[in-house]
Amino acid sequence: MKKLVITSAVALSMSGVAGSAMAEDIKIGVFLGLTGPIESLVANMAPAAEQAIAEVSESGKLLEGTKVEAVRADTTCVDTAAATSAIERLITSDKVAGVVGGDCSGATTAALTNVALPNGMVMISPSATSPALSTVEDNGLFFRTAPSDARQGVVMSDIIMGKDIKEVAVTYTNNDYGKGLADAFQAAFEEAGGTVTISAAHEDGKADYAAEVGALASAGGEVLVVAGYLDQGGKGIIQASLDTGAFETFVLPDGMVGDALPEAIGPDLNGSFGQAPGTDSPGAGKLVEIAGDYDATSPFAAESYDAAALILLAMQAAGSTDPNKYKDSVMDVANAPGEEILPGELAKALEILAGGGEVNYVGASNVELVGAGESAGNYREIEIKDGALSTVGYR
Amino acid sequence: MTDVLNALALFSNFVLVPAIAYGSQLALGALGVTLVFGILRFSNFAHGDTMAFGTMVTILVTWWFQSMGLNLGPLPTAILALPFGIAACAAFVLASDRAVYKFYRKKKAEPVIYLIASVGIMFVTNGVVRFIIGPDDQKFADGQRFIIKAREFKQMTGLSEGISIKVSQGLTVVTMIVVVAALFWFLNRTRTGKSMRAYSDNEDLALLSGINPDRVVMVTWILTAALATIAGTLYGLDKSYKPFTYFQLLLPIFASAIVGGLGNPLGAIAGAFVIAFSEITVTYAYKKFAGYILPEDWVSGGLLQLLSTDYKFAVSFIILLLVLLFRPTGIFKGTGV
Repeated sequence: MKKLVITSAVALSMSGVAGSAMAEDIKIGVFLGLTGPIESLVANMAPAAEQAIAEVSESGKLLEGTKVEAVRADTTCVDTAAATSAIERLITSDKVAGVVGGDCSGATTAALTNVALPNGMVMISPSATSPALSTVEDNGLFFRTAPSDARQGVVMSDIIMGKDIKEVAVTYTNNDYGKGLADAFQAAFEEAGGTVTISAAHEDGKADYAAEVGALASAGGEVLVVAGYLDQGGKGIIQASLDTGAFETFVLPDGMVGDALPEAIGPDLNGSFGQAPGTDSPGAGKLVEIAGDYDATSPFAAESYDAAALILLAMQAAGSTDPNKYKDSVMDVANAPGEEILPGELAKALEILAGGGEVNYVGASNVELVGAGESAGNYREIEIKDGALSTVGYR
Repeated sequence: MTDVLNALALFSNFVLVPAIAYGSQLALGALGVTLVFGILRFSNFAHGDTMAFGTMVTILVTWWFQSMGLNLGPLPTAILALPFGIAACAAFVLASDRAVYKFYRKKKAEPVIYLIASVGIMFVTNGVVRFIIGPDDQKFADGQRFIIKAREFKQMTGLSEGISIKVSQGLTVVTMIVVVAALFWFLNRTRTGKSMRAYSDNEDLALLSGINPDRVVMVTWILTAALATIAGTLYGLDKSYKPFTYFQLLLPIFASAIVGGLGNPLGAIAGAFVIAFSEITVTYAYKKFAGYILPEDWVSGGLLQLLSTDYKFAVSFIILLLVLLFRPTGIFKGTGV
């Protein structure tokens, strides 16, 4: 009973805010790890999200000319307490109408369950990929434009099997993302008849990885799967493995795919391969064309643009900036039927929605939300050739 | 016989060589911490970021030298740039001393107040470094990369296990020995060094005998800046330069200094090697090693790993706890915490 009273009180106050916000300008939180282990990726993710927000705001077509402003907040990626207080600030003090984020799975889960859920706030994460987020209780408030790692595990297993490699060692960054991906991969790989010799965690940002590499080398394996971050422990592990001659070929999942890695490691990385969410759909190229001074091909930049776009289109479809109302429209605007919408065409989408029509937001990452509101997953298979990432194909 | 040699090579490659290099890096860092603690009497939490600052300047100068085509052949150019880094870093810590610590020294503040002030300096330095060079990884190593590669070693000896030693690892160990020798000579033989030790042992007596405290403080900071910059640059050459990891280095560095005995330079070195070796030996999987030296049917399918690498840090902290419980002043007699 008490819960019911509180919930209705919250709902009432929220609708009150939203009602008066119709004519007012709104804010959208950009809740990403501006500092911390993936800060170099966020340097391209945050501007991508902000570009979608600016595009909508400048069009003047959202809910009869509502202006939208982006407000940044830092998840820190690793510090769940800092992430929780940051999103608290976004919701209670900045009074945002929706949140693009968080980025890392652990910080995202904490922010969602502790703050966004009790406050009835919609979160669309561009990069949280932990399988655990598929089943977390979210009252329909949480979505992600990134696929679950359960899917990535299967894709990675297929790629490795395709190269006729049957024995691998696995190391993962010790957090929800790394553990989730490593477990999903191990399950898929063993089911396909492969052997995982060791699955060992490593901590990020540490001074030395000789101990981890020693253990991995002793266990052996044809290749080393590194489910980590490219500017953190993942890179440290690869460098130490190459230096000691422990492994020569590495499998790189999404957190490890970025231009910074081959640049930092050099020619020794040639021949390593992996995959990251990505698509060859026309949307990805479109975003590169319209991108400002950021790199739209950087991992999760496209997903960030799409996450921001989805929130704003859902608002238009629901005719409200109240998260509890527009949350039900997110899946509608993301999926068929309707007119297909690419990056740069948000104004057109807003017009169609205002006229009562339907849109199918394809965006930069070929968005198709399935299950509990997560991307079905398109992966770009990459290989390191001549010291640079090159795309081999799409899965 | 080959099996024993193989086992030795394996052990050297994955345990001995990395542990010695890592231990040397920690030792240089811990020396800086212990020097500040011994003479200025507080735990300087800004040390990790001081390392990052000094290294940053070294990197900027290295890039400048590289653009002019200056290099040292097989050795990294960063060595040439090191004096500039040390000078800039010394200027920076002296400025922070003038701006912050001097005020507390006048008030004869408690050590814990210094400590909190140093946390403030840490955050400011952290920000300054990110502002100038950015949060990303920076590459500045050049010259030859390996003294000996695992593959070459295998061809040379015919063993199936290789040993690889990087230039940066060799350089680290040599530099550590030279720097430590120079530091000990300075502290024990020179007039300034002796006055520093006197100031550290008994401040009031030292003042009575005419030692200029401002000079002692200044020399201490310059030495700290030099140690921090050298440690940071060597670490950056061996691994990579990223401001965030330097901040994280603070933990093992303090663990080393405390285990060895805070305020005791010899202890800082011993502590650093204890931490480095324990982290690596306890979590190493001895499967392959045992495969070489034990009869075949003795070897099981397991990894023969005492502790999973997840517990690497638990190992150094357990040592830290044991030392604090049973020998609070550290292995060598330090000032105690």
